[in-house]
Amino acid sequence: MLPKTSPALRRLLDDVGPVDEAGIQERVTKYTTRSIKHGSKLFGLRLALSMVDLTTLEGGDTPGKVASLCRKALRPHHAPSIPQVAAVCVYPSMVKHAAKHVKGTAVRIASVATAFPSGQTPLKSRLAEVRAAVSDGADEIDMVINRGAFLAGELQLVQDEIVAVLEACGDATLKVILETGELATCDNIRAASFLAMQVLRPGDFIKTSTGKTSANATLGNHQVMLDAIRDHFLATGTAIAMKPAGGIRTAKQALHFLVAVKETLGDAWLTNTRYRFGASALLNELVRQLETQRTGAYQAPWTFTEDSTGY
Amino acid sequence: MPAKKSTRPAARELLFGDLWEYDPSPESAPAFIEPRYGLFINGRFIAPKTRKYFDSISPRNEEKLAEIALAGAADVDAAYQAAATAFISWRKLPGAERGKYLFRIARLLQDRAREFAVAETLDGGKPITESRDFDLPMAAAHFFYHAGWADKLDHLAPGRALVPLGAIGQVIPWNFPLLMLAWKIAPALATGNTVVLKPAETTSITALKFASILLDAGLPPGVVNIVTGAAETGAAVVNHPLAAKIAFTGSTAVGKIIRHSLAGSAKRLTLELGGKAANIVFDDAPLDQAVEGIVNGIFFNQGHVCCAGARLLVQENVARDLTARLKRRLATLRVGDPLDKNTDIGAINSKQQLAKIQQLVQSGIDEGAEIHQPACKLPAKGFYFPPTLFSGVAQSHRIATEEIFGPVLSILTFRTPEEAIEKANNTPFGLSAGVWTDKGSKILMMASKLKAGVVWANTYHKFDPSSPFGGYKQSGFGREGGKHGLLDYAELV
Repeated sequence: MLPKTSPALRRLLDDVGPVDEAGIQERVTKYTTRSIKHGSKLFGLRLALSMVDLTTLEGGDTPGKVASLCRKALRPHHAPSIPQVAAVCVYPSMVKHAAKHVKGTAVRIASVATAFPSGQTPLKSRLAEVRAAVSDGADEIDMVINRGAFLAGELQLVQDEIVAVLEACGDATLKVILETGELATCDNIRAASFLAMQVLRPGDFIKTSTGKTSANATLGNHQVMLDAIRDHFLATGTAIAMKPAGGIRTAKQALHFLVAVKETLGDAWLTNTRYRFGASALLNELVRQLETQRTGAYQAPWTFTEDSTGY
Repeated sequence: MPAKKSTRPAARELLFGDLWEYDPSPESAPAFIEPRYGLFINGRFIAPKTRKYFDSISPRNEEKLAEIALAGAADVDAAYQAAATAFISWRKLPGAERGKYLFRIARLLQDRAREFAVAETLDGGKPITESRDFDLPMAAAHFFYHAGWADKLDHLAPGRALVPLGAIGQVIPWNFPLLMLAWKIAPALATGNTVVLKPAETTSITALKFASILLDAGLPPGVVNIVTGAAETGAAVVNHPLAAKIAFTGSTAVGKIIRHSLAGSAKRLTLELGGKAANIVFDDAPLDQAVEGIVNGIFFNQGHVCCAGARLLVQENVARDLTARLKRRLATLRVGDPLDKNTDIGAINSKQQLAKIQQLVQSGIDEGAEIHQPACKLPAKGFYFPPTLFSGVAQSHRIATEEIFGPVLSILTFRTPEEAIEKANNTPFGLSAGVWTDKGSKILMMASKLKAGVVWANTYHKFDPSSPFGGYKQSGFGREGGKHGLLDYAELV
């Protein structure tokens, strides 16, 4: 063996292979030319709706607002044909309030933890946060990776912290937020995906972003992560789930993301145990489109809640 | 290298099933195809003196689209007489005025892009997404580009002037009917020449629809004449004494015949012929993006592309990985009705071409290469062929040397850059090549050693009107596009 003199990131990239950004853009542009009509549109919209992690992550969140969010999650619209969402996603302090409304239903409780969104607090307090959320009833934990350590080249530290959070999670599902906007390059996103997946359990997620920076989920960074999930699955048999978050506001966008999943990972990932949308405004938009399909006409805007923060 | 490799059964595979099937999404815009087309000579549609017409059928479902006039020698003569007469005043027109006509044509093409895209797909079989997103925008771009040159020709070769040649005979192929027309007509008109154009027998419709754009643009009669027919008409166009130059795009076999017949004449000639391009993938390449480029390189327009990346040269240590990725990608390609917006691979252009592809694929099987085709349901009517991979191909196989002009990829391996160059250049053709590596210096080294008119790096099939296109060896000579393309339509004095 050669002495390991090259930077850790370079060694990891040699292992998992590079990504060409222009090529990624070319690939994902093709997804947007898929024409999803009629029955396939209806199926796609319902599928997308069932994959939503309905999210509120504001300083002004109150038990009342979380209650309202939970009711919306359980019954997004009065039309009975519209399914429930996959989960509600709240801050750790709101988990116990959400639990009152959705525990015992099919809707799961997800909580961001680990000093979301920056992750810049001591590991000890991040882990305590995770344990508190889990003991309050969180079924899923959305953690942020230590981007500072990643960019400084301390990849082992990044991975060790993920392992520590994983242990704190117990039985709760873990979603690892890479914050792709801060990783910036496709190579970094691929490398970070593998760093996380190497220690995750089947059914745990990797997630694009916090939604708290200007750069959110795009078809491009989404594709880099889907390719990584596919390569990891084919190499190890471990099926990691995917969650794009932030910036997906229209039904059409959601369908494009699902087209990418269908054509990259196949049918087995077209389920909310393996794929989620982290979104808030998207839900109303999906309901609006589903109602359009059902009734044959766009309904007046006041039929739906326009303000996504009010539910 | 063993001719056949046993594939190890994969322990785990992805499932590309029908859980979420896309519903049919056919383009519904009308193509406005007339039941019968005459010849476009001297600014008018006229009946052929032969009084003969032939059927143009759609490869999509074998249904008749229109009757096309069969031009005989007398019709071709009339076209040349019109072109020669028009040349007298057209060449004297100030460049800015010629440019105005070209700008007008470009804009009219854009205005009617959707209608033309549907017609192109019905007539030629290519997916509507390709005619809509590639053929039409590129055709308009060529007219815009050359319109801009028309009044700037004095600056093309400093200190020298460009003199137009006269009436130009142009014979174009069936793979990009309208785009090849644009490649031919735009530079010819910009430089002050007039044109007699013969579209391919199976794909005349968009050229004839284009004539209506010329009428709308008010182009003077005789500047562009369009004669339709098969090989005999083509021969009459090539051999007419009034032709100042012949520009041909098509097969190498026909190119050779044309060059024979022009020998000893004063006619100029440019040929853009076949290819068997190598797409070279090194072990440090971004493999998923390379897969995308390989797919685009060989399955774009059903592989009916002279610069298609028909030979995949892959570094041996990543060959297994890359082939597995390719096969997985193939499973998601959608073959079928070209008018459906979700179709990736449309119809083969004609029955003859389908037979040729089938014959060459059979030769690959017979010569011992291993074939892979994804499971896909082909439409019952029409001409279709599934995307096909051959692995374990040797340089001596026919499928490694002959142009198939279909959705068939031959996979060969190499060990060193020298071997890749040797294999890539070991062909009678030299139109294009692709190089895939994460290392910039390797790209430059390969590009300088590959004997190909175009070398794409970490991409494939990128075109621009400002970039000259043409080949080495039996891929022809002369360039189309850019300054070089204009110089091939003029004499420098």
